[in-house]
Formats: sequence, C-alpha cells, structure tokens
Amino acid sequence: MTDAISSFGAVGRPVSIHTDDAAKARLKGRYRTETWFKWLGAAAVAVAGLFLVLLLSTIVTQAIPALRQNYLTLPIDLSAAKVDPAKLDEVNYDAIAQEALTAKFPDVTSRQDKRLLRGLISTGTGVFLRKDIAADPGMLGGTVDYAVPLDDFADLYLKGLLADVGSDEAISTSVTPSQTSGDIDLTFGDDAMLALARGHGATEGENGRLTLTSGASSLLVAFNGGTVKLTALSPAANGTVIAKGTVIEALDSTAPAASGQAFLRVIETPEASRKISDKVIVWLDTLKSAGLIESRFNSIFFFTGASREPELAGVWGAVVGSFLTMIVTLAIAFPIGVSAAIYLEEFAPKNRLTTMIEVNINNLAAVPSIVFGLLGLAVFLNFFGMPRSAPVVGGMVLALMTLPIIIIASRASLRAVPPSIREAALGIGASKVQTVFHHVLPLAMPGIMTGTILGMAHALGETAPLLMIGMVAFIVDIPGGFTDPATILPVQIFMWADFPEAGFQQKTSAAILILLVFLVIMNAIAVILRRRFERRW
Amino acid sequence: MKKFLLTASAAALALAASAGYAAARDQIQIVGSSTVFPFTTAVAEKLGQSGKIKTPVVESTGTGGGMKLFCQGVGENTADFTNASRAIKDSELKTCKANGVTPVEIKVGFDGIVLANSKAGTVVDLTKEQIFKALAKNVAVDGKVVPNPYTSWSDVDASLPATKIEVLGPPPTSGTRDAFVELVMDAACQEEVKAANEKGCGEIREDGAFVEAGENDNLIVQKLEANPNAFGVFGFSFLDQNADKLQGHKVDGVEPTFENIASGDYGVSRSLFVYAKKEHVGVIPGMQEFIAEYTSEAAWGPDGYLADKGLIPLPDDERAKWAEDAKALKGMGS
Repeated sequence: MTDAISSFGAVGRPVSIHTDDAAKARLKGRYRTETWFKWLGAAAVAVAGLFLVLLLSTIVTQAIPALRQNYLTLPIDLSAAKVDPAKLDEVNYDAIAQEALTAKFPDVTSRQDKRLLRGLISTGTGVFLRKDIAADPGMLGGTVDYAVPLDDFADLYLKGLLADVGSDEAISTSVTPSQTSGDIDLTFGDDAMLALARGHGATEGENGRLTLTSGASSLLVAFNGGTVKLTALSPAANGTVIAKGTVIEALDSTAPAASGQAFLRVIETPEASRKISDKVIVWLDTLKSAGLIESRFNSIFFFTGASREPELAGVWGAVVGSFLTMIVTLAIAFPIGVSAAIYLEEFAPKNRLTTMIEVNINNLAAVPSIVFGLLGLAVFLNFFGMPRSAPVVGGMVLALMTLPIIIIASRASLRAVPPSIREAALGIGASKVQTVFHHVLPLAMPGIMTGTILGMAHALGETAPLLMIGMVAFIVDIPGGFTDPATILPVQIFMWADFPEAGFQQKTSAAILILLVFLVIMNAIAVILRRRFERRW
Repeated sequence: MKKFLLTASAAALALAASAGYAAARDQIQIVGSSTVFPFTTAVAEKLGQSGKIKTPVVESTGTGGGMKLFCQGVGENTADFTNASRAIKDSELKTCKANGVTPVEIKVGFDGIVLANSKAGTVVDLTKEQIFKALAKNVAVDGKVVPNPYTSWSDVDASLPATKIEVLGPPPTSGTRDAFVELVMDAACQEEVKAANEKGCGEIREDGAFVEAGENDNLIVQKLEANPNAFGVFGFSFLDQNADKLQGHKVDGVEPTFENIASGDYGVSRSLFVYAKKEHVGVIPGMQEFIAEYTSEAAWGPDGYLADKGLIPLPDDERAKWAEDAKALKGMGS
C-alpha cells in the first residue's frame, strides 16, 4: 500500500489508493453490486406482481360464470283450479312449475325420467313463485309465462363447465330409422361412422362390431325432429352401417333422412365421467333451441342469503352481517381507541405504569386473533349470557382485536404534530384540553382515520375469532338487527369452499371478488384521506 | 361527527348490555359434526322455505365440540340439536345427564369413507390389510415390529402398481380420520403391532407417505386432480359430487357405490347421528317440526333430497324404527 502512494503512474499523475488498478476494480465491483441489486429488486417486484396477476386472474375467471344464471321460461297455470286465491300458502307451487315443465316433454313417461326432468329446475322455484304472487296477485287467474332458475347442474352445463360438447355436424349420408321410439336400428348409407366411433373410444367386438359404453364419448344423431343415442355399430352389406340406438326424443316418422338432413353431435366427456346424463343434455338443448332459456344477470347471488343449493345461494346475508358487525366494531373501537391514545400521549404522566400499559398495548396488537375469540366466548357468551352468532358479539370481539391497532396508529399521528403547535396554543392561554381538542386532534385526524380504516379492513377479513362465538354458521335469513344470527363474508367464502357441489366453486370466487372490492375501497379511502388532509412539517 | 360516533357507541354498548335479556329465542340452534353439516343445513333450509318456522342456525363445530356445547345444560343459551358422525360416548352422555340434558338419538344415515384417485390414475383393488400396511406407523415384518419400511404400493403387495405410496387424508382432529382409523386401521391391525404398542394400531405414518391435507375435502379433490399417483381419503359425498374427476378404489373387493354402502357390503362406512334436546321441545318453537322434517321420506328416504346431497339412507325398517322413536321423543338412558 505504501509504495502505491509513493510511486507515479504512466500519465504522471500520482497513483493513490483511490485511483490505482485495485481501486478501479473495486469501483467496478461496487457498480456491479449496485446493478445486481437493482436487477434483483426488479425481479422480486416482478415475481410478486406475477403471483398477484396469477391469483387475481384465477379468481376473476372462476368468478365470471357466477355473475349470470340461466332461467327457463315456462307457461305456469295459475288459474283458480290450481291456485285457490284464499289459500295461497297451502299451494304446492313446485308441483305446478314441474307440471308445466313435464308438459313440454309429453314423451317422458317413466318415473325415473320424470324425476330427472323435474330436477332441471331449481328446488327454490316454489319459493320464488309464492313470493312473486304475494307481491303481485294480478298473476293469478290464468296462465303466465314465468322464468324459473335452472338447477345448478343444468346451469353449469349451459355455461360449458360440465361437459365438452362439439357443434352439430351434418352427416353426409342417408340415415334410416327402423322405429320412432324405444331401442331402434339406424342404417347409415356409408361406413364413415365406424371410423368416427373408433376415434371416440368405442370398444371393438367380433366381426367389426363397435360398442359405445358409458366410458366412451356419446354420439347423438338428430333428425326427423328427434334424437337418437348410438350404442353399437356394425358393418353391413354394400358398405352400409347398421347402428343400434336408443331414442331420447321421439322421431316424427321412419322416413329416411337424406344426406345432410341428419346431424351428429359428439359429447366428448364420457357419460360416466360427468354429472349430467345425455338425456338431460338433449332436453336442455331442445329447450334452448326453442328460445326458452335465457341467461340473466344473477340477482339471486347478490340479493339473497345463504343456501345449500348453489343456484339459490347469495352473499347478501353475509354482506349485511359484515356491515352490522363492522358498525359495532367501529362504534366501540374508534372512540375508545382514540380517547386512550389522547390520554396516553397528551395527559398521562410518564411513569412505570404507563410504560407497562404501552408495552402491553403493543403486545396485544400481536396476539393471534383466535385468542380474542376465546375471550369473547368466555366473557360475552358465558359470563354475560349474550346470544350466540350475533353481530353485536362479533363486533365487540373484533373491536377488542382492532383496539391496539387504532391506539398505536393514533398515538403515532398525535406524536407527529409538532410541539410548536401545542406551545403556541398554550402560550396564548388555551387550556390543555382546548389545546388538544382544538389544535392537536384536528391535525392528527387524517392519520388517525387512516389507521382506523386499515384496522377495520383487517377486521373485515377475519374469521378465526368468530369461530368460537358461533358466527361460522349456516344462516339463511338475512339479519335484521344486531342480535339476529348472522355470518360475515370471509366465513361465507370459507363455507362455500367446503361444500362438495361443483356449483359452489364459482360462487366462492365471486364472493372473494366482492370481499376484495370492499377491501380495495376501504384502503383507497385511507390513501385519499392521507393525500388530501395530511400536513407535513 | 365526533358527537355522532360517541352517541353511536353509547347506543351500541347499551344494545350489547340488553342483548342478554332479549325475548325468548325463536330460532333453533344446531351445532356439531362437519360431516353431517351438509345434510342438516339442507333440512334446515327446506324447513325455513316452508315458512312454518324461522330457518334454524347450523354451526359446524366438529362432533366433539358439538357434544360439549350440547351437553352444557338446558336453557336458551345452549344448542337444541347436535350433529355427530359417531354415536355419543358414555362420558358425554354422563355429562349430559349431570347437566339435566336428555338427548334423543336419531340415526339419520350412513357415510362411506372412500379411497380415491384421479381418473388419470389406475384403479386398484385393496384389502384393509394392504391399506394398514401402507399407512401404519409401525408394521410387523418377519414377526418384528419396525417403522413402516414400504415406499411403493408394490412393496406392500406384488399385485399392486409400483407407484409411490402417497395418500392425502384428514388430520387427527377430523371425525373422518377417527372413523377411518377405527374401520380400517384397527380392523386390519397386525397382532404383533397390537401387542407391541397399546395405541399402535391407530398411529398413521408421519414420514411423508401420508399427507394431512386439512379438513377441507375439496382441497384434497383438487390435489388429487393435479397428482394422478396420489390417493385421497374422504367422505363418499365428495366422490359422488366429483364423479367426473375421481374414481373410488375397491376395498376388500367391493366398489364404493351408493348401493354398496347402503346395503352394508362396503366395509368402510359409519353411521351419522343427530341428537335432539328433549328438554327444549315445546320451549323453543319448531323442535318437533325439525325432527319430523328430518325423518320424513321426502328428506332421508332413498329418493329424498338428502340422498341427492350424498347421504346414504338407512334400510326401510331401520328408518321406520328411528322415525317412530324420534317422534315419540324417546330419551337416552331414561
């Protein structure tokens, strides 16, 4: 080192430890580290962003189907013979709607098929009908066209979520049926069907016979106003193919359909692998092509309470429950939290007791939320005998949880008000209380509000403390007050995620989306408050 | 603003204080098993839709937690019904009795526990002994009890595929796990293991071959879809609802189907119960209506709406007997 300082470089400038080769290498290394760090930082942000995008896009794509619901319009007979206007509550409205549906399919006669057919419309139909008739008695006395919600499986199928269905393709040969109903033979003019069936998982048998079991794709042939499901195919004389089939919808006649007059529909998902049978698919397609099914905005989802039927389940009960709970939380946590912060920051003497209180408040903010639930169970429910599952108890438990957050945020923003403000106020003769309430508090308010809103947003997403006090429950009725049983949005999401029915998956995502919207709004308000009103010194 | 908030908080506190002395409860409260939860909620909703009573509130607390709440005592602040995925224990019945509670037992149906995997995987025929050997913490090899050495199914039995043993199942807190241990692990326990350790039969291996996947069965279903080699252990209703994605394995040569579980041929099935509090009948409105709805053919019959939800109905004569006992409010141990 020492000789580096005393020697001279080629350009004649003295070479010091800051300019020699080793220094240049060090400098280069420093720049390299900086570049590396920048890149790593950018990569970290990119990865985080990627995950966020992935998460949000999964939720949004899953949630979109839940925003619409398919309705079937049926002519419902509400004449006096069916509905006695004097005894509106005793009428079996479900049966009336089911009758209207079965009347559309006079061919369906077997008990099992009728059961399947009745299952197409939601089990909530009767409830909707009764409510609408009560609201508008003018519906009575005749036949009205009434839109009923479809059952979840029918709805999911129409949204394309249950089975892969190919489009109808014209068959380029003639098709001749042997009968119009029951198990029939179909004669195809050429053997193109054989290759097609092989391509869709048909089982090979003797003499080139192919069998389509429930493990293979379903091949449906539509012609002469009906639909036939193929069950087996075998090659016959002159290159023709004779197929066995079951008629799902009766044909008009046994007349041969010319080339291009019959249509083939392939349902790729094998019947054994889906929750919807070929029959139901054919019925739904018939209803759809008759223009009786329409997809509407899913008002049920937004404006009703919970249900065990996916098509009837809504978030409104949970939203109201969350709202009631948050009101109680805010009404308790905000005044107590702010008062405590003002006292501790402005009035309390600094001694061992206040230090201990301060440490404890900081510790409380880090206590796992389930502990507050246990406290709520022990104190509010068991000791005070308050009702289970009530928003008032939930709100009080969440208030306990948010209190430390509000106190800490409020104290921080009170402390940020410069002492000069206080001194000036005291200097012109204001009392201590006047100083705090007229000068310090208004200046600290934006920070306090921000802290409160963030604390509330935290409370809004909490489920664990509510588990113990019975708010994790299935509650259908929409709560009308603070003591009615209620549940909240995150709990609703948790419960829907746990139900086995496939229809709840979309509902879960849609409910998550609603919760996210509320959280984003609350956080946005916090940001706006800070931007608009915060003073910096 | 500040005044408003102060008034509001005062009002809230006053409300909170008075809440305990509110008018008599007019809504049934139900607690208990998460396995019975999907069925009881369906009954509760149906009853609410009928307009006869307010829709009961159903909580999912687990069988044990439900029993604790149920047996706590008599009065408005205690639950009216509890769901259970096993029969009430003697100790629980004793607590109930000590607190003046007379439970009315209603057996509502069966639930099968299935071993299933993704449709992309292979379906196998397992015996309970093979399942025990694959999943027990300690097994007997050549007469000696050793920590489970098997890593692939073909190690357990040469007839099984050579895939890694990877089973997703419920955690020990779950009633499904209790039932699985009782019906499979205990039933097929090896003598040596039983002799070596008192609780050895119920212990499931913790070396990664059995993964505790949480109480959420939907999560297991999703994980199985992603990994065709993994097997899952869960309730039959999830297999039933996900028949498009999953396939159930045969146990002792019997396929886990609705019919086989109902007939009792499928070996891994348990009974589900609902307990009613006799003391609350006539006090809390709707108790009898709820019992009547649950035990009606339209609900728990073979064609009832509970069967659609995955409940496996009792045989005809048992249904008739339980319905009659429930209607007569035949209390336990009295």
